[in-house]
Amino acid sequence: MTLLSLETLTVRLGRRIAVDAVSLRVEAGELVGLVGPNGAGKSSLMRGALGLARAEGRSSLTALPAAERARAAAWLPQSREIAWPVSVETLVALGRLPHRAPGAPLSAADREALEAAMAGVDVLRFRDRPATELSGGEQARVLIARALAQAAPLTLADEPTAGLDPAHQLAAMEAFAALAGEGRAAVVSLHDLGLAARFCTRLVMLDQGRVVADGPPAQVLTAERLREVYGIESFLAQADGVLIVQPLARSR
Amino acid sequence: MKLPYPWLLASLGLLTGVLFCASLLIGPAGLGLSDSLAALLAGRGEAETLVMREIRAPRAVLALMIGATLGLSGAAMQGYLRNPLAEPGLLGVTGAASLGAVAAIYTGLSALVPLALPLLALVGAGTAAAMLLGLAGARGGALTLILAGVALSALCGALTALALNLSPNPFAATEIMFWMMGSLSDRSWLHVQLAAPFMLAGWAALAVAGRGLDALTLGEDAAASLGLRLDRLRLAVVLGTAASVGAATAVAGGIGFVGLVAPHLLRGAVGARPARLLPAAALGGAALLLAADIAVRLIAPERDLKLGVLTALVGAPFFLRLVFATRRRLA
Repeated sequence: MTLLSLETLTVRLGRRIAVDAVSLRVEAGELVGLVGPNGAGKSSLMRGALGLARAEGRSSLTALPAAERARAAAWLPQSREIAWPVSVETLVALGRLPHRAPGAPLSAADREALEAAMAGVDVLRFRDRPATELSGGEQARVLIARALAQAAPLTLADEPTAGLDPAHQLAAMEAFAALAGEGRAAVVSLHDLGLAARFCTRLVMLDQGRVVADGPPAQVLTAERLREVYGIESFLAQADGVLIVQPLARSR
Repeated sequence: MKLPYPWLLASLGLLTGVLFCASLLIGPAGLGLSDSLAALLAGRGEAETLVMREIRAPRAVLALMIGATLGLSGAAMQGYLRNPLAEPGLLGVTGAASLGAVAAIYTGLSALVPLALPLLALVGAGTAAAMLLGLAGARGGALTLILAGVALSALCGALTALALNLSPNPFAATEIMFWMMGSLSDRSWLHVQLAAPFMLAGWAALAVAGRGLDALTLGEDAAASLGLRLDRLRLAVVLGTAASVGAATAVAGGIGFVGLVAPHLLRGAVGARPARLLPAAALGGAALLLAADIAVRLIAPERDLKLGVLTALVGAPFFLRLVFATRRRLA
């Protein structure tokens, strides 16, 4: 089943073309890693697909009314905003808003999704603490839990692992992989290529707003392409069936 | 141990009720408790009935309504702008309503037609709301709204100063000054009737904003992805604040700090949830303003201490407390 289809999506930021006529389909069961250097258009692509940035072209999500879109796709922005010192549980429960009628209390299904989401990224023990008093990495996990609690068929996340310790980076990626395993899908922008290679079923590499490679991690992450797109020399190897990617130096 | 939310609202409601009754029973006429009640409820005694029904009752009702308006709109503004220092006056509606009232005094219209002052103030508030929405645009974020509000406030402040500057005689200038300080003395049921429809409409608009304000805790992008229509939320907050605060200013003048302080005091008690803060801050604002209006009558019964002066006097130390609390947290 196709959960997201983009046809020649173009996003302009001022005069600059951030996303240049990108066409893309995301199927159920996929964990798509969106990779590419800073300014390649990863965030703009996701925001355009969600209708948060003005875009030309077609996105299957922007065709939906706002309330329905919120049940079709969850979005985890890169900026980690928590405006008020609400409890962690309250914050994660905001992910259930699209499923609740105005003023309705949390249903059994809401509570179940809430507990599962908090357990998934290891924030259950913070549940009663004000979210603003947690460390940056802990706040990031709480916000991931909020997106997971939305329980949408498709989850888009902008650099969800930035600022997390290695164990929690793995936990976060496992949570997204679990979504794919359940027949849902996730699109995750990443700068850690090793993490992308290890967990994603498919990588889409962007450069200057265009898709330059799209396929299984081992096909996308080649030494020549990393040199071309990122300007880096890297060490690539297979160990226990896992692709290892280690950037070594900037290309001259 | 935190009070459960329904109990919090019940206690605030009870406090407001007690202060409302106290407001009815306090005044320069010095009526006894039983005389007051007999006059208010049964109409016993001509002079007493007049004092109770035509002077004290509208005054207490206005304090209740204006306090609730300031608390509610303050909570809504802070929630929408995600800033604990936001207050209803930020949009420039208070300034514009004041300007309308000043124009009524300046031109002498208020002396000819009794309701010219509040009516012109309402026109000012309505114009301000229209200009705000026009200036800030349909898609602009919170920042454009603040900028438009600041621009509008500055313009209204300048024009008010101009009216004072050019005022035809010292009496008009004094009247303008006194009016701008904000007061509830000598208000009648006419003022209540004039303000009530706008306030009720404003409250209704702000009451439905709660869900959106909750979602905004996560920022505008995430809130929009949760299905929130940001354009509608903004319309509700701006029009709700403009209608209710405009009406409040039209009948009572500018009363500061209540809209800032009431949400602040109660934020912790509601677990900082913006939607829950709305009703709590409305009750808290009503209690604060009733208390302040009782205080001006007790502190200086024969000097006509202005309500807005008292709220500012009490509000400034509150800011100091905030400074120290913030310093402690950052240290």
